[in-house]
Order: sequence, then structure tokens, then C-alpha cells
Amino acid sequence: MAGAGHIGSSLSCLEILVDLCFDRMEKDDVLVLSKGHAAAALYTTLSLSDRLPETDLSTFYKDGTVLSAHPPCSGAIRAIPFGTGSLGHGLGLACGIAFSCRFTGKSFKVFAVLSDGDCNEGSTWEAVLFASQQKLSALTVVVDLNSVQGIGYTKNILNLEPIVDKWTSFGFAVAVAEDGNDFGSLSRAHETVKNSATPRCIIARTVKGHGISFMENRVEWHYLPMQDEHYAQALSELADAGLD
Amino acid sequence: MRKEFSSWIENFGRKESRFIFLTGDLGFGALENVQAALQERFVNMGVCEQNMISVAAGLAQRGLIPLCYSIAPFAVFRPYEQIRVDVALHRMNVKIVGNGGGYGYGIMGATHHALEDIAVLSVLQHFACFIPLCNSDVDGACEALFRYVGPSYLRLGFGIWPDDAGELEGFKPIRKLAASRMPRPKATIVGLGPVLLNLIPWILEGGETDVFAVSQMPLVDLSDDLLVSLRASGLLWVIEEHTARGGLGEHLAARMAQEGVPFRLYHTHALGYPDGLYGSQSYHQTRSGLDRVSLQQTFRRLSS
Repeated sequence: MAGAGHIGSSLSCLEILVDLCFDRMEKDDVLVLSKGHAAAALYTTLSLSDRLPETDLSTFYKDGTVLSAHPPCSGAIRAIPFGTGSLGHGLGLACGIAFSCRFTGKSFKVFAVLSDGDCNEGSTWEAVLFASQQKLSALTVVVDLNSVQGIGYTKNILNLEPIVDKWTSFGFAVAVAEDGNDFGSLSRAHETVKNSATPRCIIARTVKGHGISFMENRVEWHYLPMQDEHYAQALSELADAGLD
Repeated sequence: MRKEFSSWIENFGRKESRFIFLTGDLGFGALENVQAALQERFVNMGVCEQNMISVAAGLAQRGLIPLCYSIAPFAVFRPYEQIRVDVALHRMNVKIVGNGGGYGYGIMGATHHALEDIAVLSVLQHFACFIPLCNSDVDGACEALFRYVGPSYLRLGFGIWPDDAGELEGFKPIRKLAASRMPRPKATIVGLGPVLLNLIPWILEGGETDVFAVSQMPLVDLSDDLLVSLRASGLLWVIEEHTARGGLGEHLAARMAQEGVPFRLYHTHALGYPDGLYGSQSYHQTRSGLDRVSLQQTFRRLSS
């Protein structure tokens, strides 16, 4: 991970992105990662699903790279329609892309992956109102609800609960993946709402730093880069779990 | 300028099927013709300026040509980060139109004024701002706005080019409105937007100065006429209904300095609300020395 930060946020949404890129998205579908600080997970998933031919993952975080710590605004990567990193932008952008279908006659699905912090932003709720008003049925939002934000736990900062009621009352078809780091749970949630004529929201209850014991649910791993000893221990734990 | 704008947009929208008009729930009594012509391509986004800009960026990313309309402060300042990130950094072809630039909304108060809009937009990457001089300038400004493929802003106001001032040259980034009849002009006057009309026609009758209107910011190529004029006069008088910081005066002074032209700068600009009182657009112009009488007094002082 080359000293990269935001590892905990990347690990909480990795299964969400893998599920979308391998099981849900077709060729013309669009993915917007609103929680741009999880770029490491995005780049990895795009690369493994053959959506990142433009560049080399080994350049991540290095001078002169296309792969900045947050997704690039340069348009250099076709699978990344918009660079993100400032929270609260991704859903509005995804709404615009989904809304375009009405005028172009094209048909494709749009997925937006949001974080707890995204749900703090007023602009996100502006976009929720709009998506519901315009019945953007091409749109699916996945909230990576890992319950940890920048410097604390969500419930102690701006409590988002009851989050299902919130999204439902705004007019979204909502399903919960009680274990958002489990592919079966994610798949069942998507299946529950996939035929909705309204925009959909999957609340994925995830674990920050999922899979690495010393990172799980620890606030500091929102930011911290791994040192060599962290990296060795993380690889060891993944090997023990048969995931190396 | 709203009437001229809506008429031009209606015609453009009828011809250009990729054009989408977004409004932040403003335009009562001014945009009904646009709505009727565009039908589902006219979208009231509600009072959600941030989302309006992000949605416009998403539409542009798919090859559509969106325009976001509101009154100038709401169109620019509320969604500024969306403009910077979603539009400018991605070089999206999104048009932002702000009505009532400067003190245009008068007694409505400071929340409704836009005195810093050109400053904050002209520093963004790839951005172009278009500022019509008068109502009859709007057609040309709209053509320039849509000819520019990229992030761009149209600042609407109000102003009538007087019939007795002669014919106005068509819209250009920099236009010479008047030429000194003296071998050496007493000043080179450069202005932005309709406030410059407070010089017309009396400054033309005097024949002592060169007068230029700037209608696109950041400045594009400087005209040779402007450089020649300033070399001859040595006095650059900039007039704008905008703050001094980040406005035409600072931009132009920096460019002239880069050109190696020796000059003295006199800057008449919006002063904000120096006494905390509010009034009509002409009231605020007077408080800033931008009204006709104040400009005449300033000119006499500068030329004596």
C-alpha cells in the first residue's frame, strides 16, 4: 500500500465494489465512488475486473501517477467518470448521469457508493430529493455504513439512524445488507429491490478495516498509513484466513 | 437583459436538442417562453443549487449541454465547490447564468448582490466569464457563451446603449467604444459591464479619452489599440461594479505590467456597504462613485 492512508475505509467497501464490478455492472453501466478516499479499493477492483487498462497499479501514490490518493479529475480513466474526494458530490453527479438517459434515450444503470460522511453532507440530501422527484430508476445507491467517520464514531457525531427510515421516507426502495462485507448479504439486498421503479438504496452495514484485526472499528485507521510491521501482520492474517 | 436572454435561449433550445435548461426555482415572469419551448428539457431543480451544478456536470459528461440559471449570488457562491470540482476541474461544458450581477438586485440587499462573482470564477481552471455591456449585447454574449466549449458563466444585468451614441460594435472580448480626438488621450478608460454606460454619451462628446469595454474574463489577448492607448496616456482608469480584489482592475494591471507598459492605475469599483445602508442599484453605485455624476467628477479630477 506504499504508505497510503484511508486503508480502513477501503477495506470496509471492498466487497461492495467487487459485488458491483463482478456481479452487477454490465458494459455500459456507470460507477461513481462518492467516498473517494477509498480509491485504493476502487483502483484494485477496476483493475481486477479489466476496467483499468490505462495505467499500472504500482504507480499508486507515487509522483507522476494518474492514480492519486483520491480518484482523478483528469478524465484519464474511462471507468472513473468523475474524480471525487470532497464528500457530498458523488450522488448528485450520479443523478446527472442517470437523468441523461431521459434525453438521450440510452439505457444503462448507475451505481453510487456513499460513506457515513457523505450522509452528513446537505448536498447528498439535495440529490436524494432530486432522484426521488425524477424517479431515477436507473440509480442504485450503496451506503457503506461502517459507522466510523474522520475522527470519531458516527453515532456520536451526527447520528444517521434510523437511516433506513430516512432513505425510505425520501422515496427510495431500501434494502439492508446486514453484513455488508458478505457477498451473499449484499446480493440478497440488491435482489430485494432490483425491480423497483424508484431509485434504490442498499444500506450495507460494514466494518471499517474489515478483515484486519488491529484495524477493525478503530477510528485511527480512517487515516493511518501502514508501517512495515502493520503490513506484515495484515498479510499474515489474510494468509491465515486463506485470502492471501 | 433577462428578456433578451430568454428570447435567445428559446430559439437556441428549439434548434439544439442536447440543450437542457436547469433553474434553481427562479425566473418567474421571465422564463415561461423557455419552459414552453423546451418542455421536459426545462427542469426546475428546486432551491438546491449544489445539486443543480452536480447534475449539470453529470449531464455534460454524457454529451448534453446543460445551463444552470439562478440569480447571480445563488448561482455562484452557494455551489462554489461543485463548480470548482465537478465542472471546472473536469472541464465540463456547463453554462452558469447569473442574473443581477453587481448591485443589480438593489434594495433586495447584500445577500442578493454579486460583487465578487468574476473574481471567484475567473480563477478557476478552464473558466470563461462573459459580461454583456448592454441589453443589445446579450445575443452576441450568448453566442460566445455557447461557442466556448467548457465551463463558463454569463453575468446578466441591465443597460441600454443610447441611440445618440452611435452604433455599438458586436460582442467581443475587448471593444473600443470611443477614440480620443486628441493626439494624446488624457486617460485610457476600461470598464466591465453596464456600469460603463454611466460614461455614455458624455465621455464620447468630450473626445479626450479612449474608452474600452471588456466583456470576457479572464482577459484573453489584449488588443493592440489598448496597448497603444495606454502607452500614450499613461493613465489606466478601470471602472467596474465588482470588488477591487480579483476584478478587472487587478487582472488588467497585471497584464499591462507584464507587457512592460508604464502607467498609473485609478480604480473605481464597488465598495460593498461602507455605511451599512442599503438601497437601489443606483444608490449603491453612487456610494461607490460609480454613478454618472461621480464619474464626471472623477474624470475632471484625473484630467486636470
